[in-house]
Amino acid sequence: MRGRQQFSIHFLQYLDPQGKLDLPLPEWITDTPLVLAIYENMVLARLLDQKAVALQRTGQMGTYPSILGQEAISVCIGLAMAKRDVLVPYYRDAPAQIIRGMSPAEVFIYWGGDERGGNLNGASRDLPICVPIATQLTQAVGVATALKMQGEEAVVVVSCGDGATSKGDFMEAMNLAGVWDLPIVFVINNNRWAISVPLAQQTRAATLAQKAIAAGIEGLQVDGNDPIAVYEAISKAIQRAREDQQPALIEALTYRLCDHTTADDASRYRDADELKAHWQEEPVLRFQQFLHQQGLWDADREKAMQQRCQQVIDTAVSDYLALEAEPPSAIIDYLHAFLPYALETQRAEILLKDNAIKSQGDRK
Amino acid sequence: MSANFSATKPSQAGTSTAPTRESSGTHTTTEAETKDCVLVEAINMALHYEMARDPAVVVLGEDVASNGGVFRATLGLKQAYGSERVLDTPLAEGLIAGLSVGMASQGLKPIAEIQFMGFMFAALEQLICHAARMRNRTRGRLTCPLVVRMPFGGGIHAPEHHSESTEALLAHIPGLRVVIPSSATRAYGLLLGAIRDPDPVIFLEPKRIYRAQAQRIDNDGQALPLDTCFTLREGEDLTLISWGALISECSQVADQLHAQGISVELIDVATVSPLDMATILQSVAKTGRCVIAHEAPKSGGIGGEIAAQLAEHALLDLKAPVLRVAGYDTVMPYAKQEALYLPGVVDITRAIQQVLAFG
Repeated sequence: MRGRQQFSIHFLQYLDPQGKLDLPLPEWITDTPLVLAIYENMVLARLLDQKAVALQRTGQMGTYPSILGQEAISVCIGLAMAKRDVLVPYYRDAPAQIIRGMSPAEVFIYWGGDERGGNLNGASRDLPICVPIATQLTQAVGVATALKMQGEEAVVVVSCGDGATSKGDFMEAMNLAGVWDLPIVFVINNNRWAISVPLAQQTRAATLAQKAIAAGIEGLQVDGNDPIAVYEAISKAIQRAREDQQPALIEALTYRLCDHTTADDASRYRDADELKAHWQEEPVLRFQQFLHQQGLWDADREKAMQQRCQQVIDTAVSDYLALEAEPPSAIIDYLHAFLPYALETQRAEILLKDNAIKSQGDRK
Repeated sequence: MSANFSATKPSQAGTSTAPTRESSGTHTTTEAETKDCVLVEAINMALHYEMARDPAVVVLGEDVASNGGVFRATLGLKQAYGSERVLDTPLAEGLIAGLSVGMASQGLKPIAEIQFMGFMFAALEQLICHAARMRNRTRGRLTCPLVVRMPFGGGIHAPEHHSESTEALLAHIPGLRVVIPSSATRAYGLLLGAIRDPDPVIFLEPKRIYRAQAQRIDNDGQALPLDTCFTLREGEDLTLISWGALISECSQVADQLHAQGISVELIDVATVSPLDMATILQSVAKTGRCVIAHEAPKSGGIGGEIAAQLAEHALLDLKAPVLRVAGYDTVMPYAKQEALYLPGVVDITRAIQQVLAFG
């Protein structure tokens, strides 16, 4: 260890809020299918989000945390990862999960109050979303340790919100990633609000990215509403994690254009003008303007894509609404690999209670 | 202590259609080494056995690698299996637990050590909110086959926060198994059972008897079943129920009363959650009298759960009230007064005499 060190945090941005270029574009921008996939997945994410809120408002789904305005981050996480990598998401990461193979219906299933929404079609080894704040971060370093020990060239991407950086788990996880040279990328969705508490009340640090310096790992801040910057930062960080076992932290600056969840009302604590100003920076329109400037987009393509996305959402809604209830014993059958005999009586009681509830329903 | 025990399998378990645990059971080496071991050595022997047998097993915690653990439970593991599988972690219990959950979700079998139970609280969020629920909330897609070992209990004149018995906090959490050995032989077999269990197991080690009486152990990889009480000694007049270090005092009491012509049946609960009530009910149906002894505070303890289940299922078998001998509902005293807190031979004997004198 040496005494005198100097550090700085770099800020990466390619597209300004009008979709104009600040920097020469990265090489991958010539990969048109990838560029269009970024856009289409952001649009799909926004439509899915609108539908989820609508389902909640009409009593067809439970509390739901919207991702409005933050789509670029999760979409770029999903597209930058290889299939063999492992995603350890937080609860605003449905876009990344869907890109990685989760059925969009599972978003509704989970937030509709059904554990099968964490099953991810039974195939993935990604972790399910995490509701307690920041606990996914220490699990993610465990996943990365396992991948490294098993000699896999796979990388973990774990995400969290800005509020999570106030918890010890955040520093504990980054600290270990540094000490053990783990193949992991931490991504912060810095949407400036933890329910009603603004970032200025979470930390006095000028950036969240600089917290990486204390852990001895690389930290970078990006414009989280600029999909080019987000994809570039995450894909490069994944590459370094894969090839050199170098962990990194990426702070993606965005803004929560929605309430915290459908159970929240942000107008109680947030200035309407602030919200309006941030609408000028949102990622979907910004990227659409960029596509037009690049000659990659027109009204017909937009219309066809909107129809494709709407079709996906409609199928997801009908799959969700048509899903049959799980058998009542499911509430205890997945607790252990084998039901302990001590719980057999309670399992039988659950079946009796289910019968009683159903026969009451019949009488009504 | 009586070395003669039997694992009683409850009769109603036969109705279950669940498949047998293939990961459990015997893995006999050709020539099993036999050694005289104290409890902490038995734990060390089980860890060595399972690390050699199963490459998915990893050991992690504070001071577990180079130092071999502050109680030497992990001695020699790093030398034998390397620093890739025996990991000294930074000093953060929440991290140790979260790390273990992440490892377990990807096919490893982590055995984490929390240096003392009094330091487990930062780890509880991971154990309760994630380890205990991973299988359930992914509908079986991901699982959490981890073991968290923690030394617990009083009687070694340790500093503050080193002597508590808070097993009831853990036993209250659905999805966690809580296992407590009371002798070297059971420590060996139960730890192997815990490591091979496909779900999370909290393994609490009564450190007061870490280096008590040695027992002859065959290092044959034979696991003992979890979720099962062990009847350590059969008797006719009263059922005495306990676990962990206090089993030693209970055995002494049973010996002394035997000399007076009183026959005590002694049950070591061993797995305090899920609780094997069938063995206990069978015994109380025979004796009609019951005393439960534990070191943890009396109120809200596991003794209360056992007594409540006896009231529910065995009221007509009982000839006297069920009594609990337990720690007091106060903060664990520091070393100078811990003897005042800890239940002992005199307390247990008095409770038994009271129950026998009833009616």
